Amino acid sequence: MNLTPFFLTFKLALCATVILTAIGIPAALWLANRRSLLASGLEASVALPLVLPPSVLGFYLLLMFRADGPFGAVWERFFGHPLVFNFEGLVLASVVFGLPFMVQPLVAGVRSIPKELIEASTTLGKPWWTTLVRVVLPNMKASILTGCVLAFAHAVGEFGVVLMVGGNIEGETRVVSLAIYDAVEALDYRSAHVYASVLFAFSFLTLLAVYRVNRRFFSA
Amino acid sequence: MIEAHLEKDLFGASGPFRLSVNFRVDDGQCVTFYGPSGAGKTTILRMLAGLETPQEGFISVNGELWFDARKRVLLPSRKRRVGFVFQSYALFPNMTVGENVAYAMQKTSAVKLEDLLDLAGILELKDRYPSTLSGGQQQRVALIRAISREPMILLLDEPLSALDVSTRLELQDEILRIHRLLGAATILVSHDKQEVFRMADMVLSIKEGRIHAEGSPREVFFKRRFSPKFAVTGRVLAIERADIVFRAFVSTGTEMLQVILGERDAKRFKPGDEVLVASKAFNPMLLPLFEPFETKELRQVCQAGVGYID
Repeated sequence: MNLTPFFLTFKLALCATVILTAIGIPAALWLANRRSLLASGLEASVALPLVLPPSVLGFYLLLMFRADGPFGAVWERFFGHPLVFNFEGLVLASVVFGLPFMVQPLVAGVRSIPKELIEASTTLGKPWWTTLVRVVLPNMKASILTGCVLAFAHAVGEFGVVLMVGGNIEGETRVVSLAIYDAVEALDYRSAHVYASVLFAFSFLTLLAVYRVNRRFFSA
Repeated sequence: MIEAHLEKDLFGASGPFRLSVNFRVDDGQCVTFYGPSGAGKTTILRMLAGLETPQEGFISVNGELWFDARKRVLLPSRKRRVGFVFQSYALFPNMTVGENVAYAMQKTSAVKLEDLLDLAGILELKDRYPSTLSGGQQQRVALIRAISREPMILLLDEPLSALDVSTRLELQDEILRIHRLLGAATILVSHDKQEVFRMADMVLSIKEGRIHAEGSPREVFFKRRFSPKFAVTGRVLAIERADIVFRAFVSTGTEMLQVILGERDAKRFKPGDEVLVASKAFNPMLLPLFEPFETKELRQVCQAGVGYID
């Protein structure tokens, strides 16, 4: 029984979640109270992974990440190795694919904060970063947690994009979801069962945790 | 002292109008902006606090220029020393009462914090969260939070309109006490005449963005053709025919009155009109509202009434 796919999956999901949190919070703050066409456009782009088949997104990411693609060429010049069929490429693809799962709860969280709280903090003489750290973020804890858990869980479960961009390379890009596919193809149903049931239990438990936490926050 | 001239195009319920006001509030004075909702009262307060920017004019507080459209001066909101109290209290739900007040203090000092909380009689609420407090308690906290950064002016945006009558009266006293303690210029936005009467040294009555009356509450609200001995303000709820006369139902705050009208008067008023119920001809009797009547007293009242009819 090969456990590497589990470690890889966990590492991938953790990296993607950390990056997504760092991108997601400023993005949500910017998006939440804008009405411009640009903001709507960005919000629509962020939500695209929800509706597109993973293969479509995976295909375009593959073209971008390729050594002669616009993004891949720059990457290779800076880091000396290609982005496709590589763990870093997988992380980037997961970040793109996980955007809506992080950004949408965060935008909802920012919008749920009454404008008066921010104005009160301002009239009390606080600069915007103090308001952000002491008032805005603490009052959207539930949204931040939801975003992190959903992004993490989604990165764990991703299949299509990971297959297109990562290429199913043992020890580098073969995450659990791909390992299941391989095991089934090799008629190794026992391994497939182990991988699948762990993923199944994990997904259920994370979702359960999200709903529990939100219920507690909203009833308080 | 606040001196301001403010102009801005606003959009009201009945279409666009231009807010254009000029006023001065001295230190130690409590001034009320009174008027219907959508008249621009709150906007003026928000402009003073720097939460909105006027298109034209200036704001000067104790000689400091906070805003001047021509000189292109605009002091950011956080640099204006104002105490702003919101209608919705705007307490930070993630902080306890003590933390809310401490957040506003320039230098955190446990002693000063307790003094401030004690001042408003909310020391025992120090470790409670806002969501566990009543509306009146929350507004007390908001008031103390607003003054704990030692503001030069105190701005209150309909602070009591969400509270019940008895809490409102208590907090009116509280606000007056704090206002006198602070000695600063205080501006209160209100659409409650009783509140204005109790609290304000001066009223600026605002309609459609203009000050259309100013003076003491007595001057502004009783500038009428005659001086009634007995008068309450109210709103006509309904007018109905009763044989040859008309009967108007008027609500005055918590009470309902019936007034008999002739046909000509009945045509002058319609439901929704604000009216003054007044009388010069007799002295209305005042009876205790909450103490139960003594039977003897009641009998005397009855006898007096009978005597009068006789």
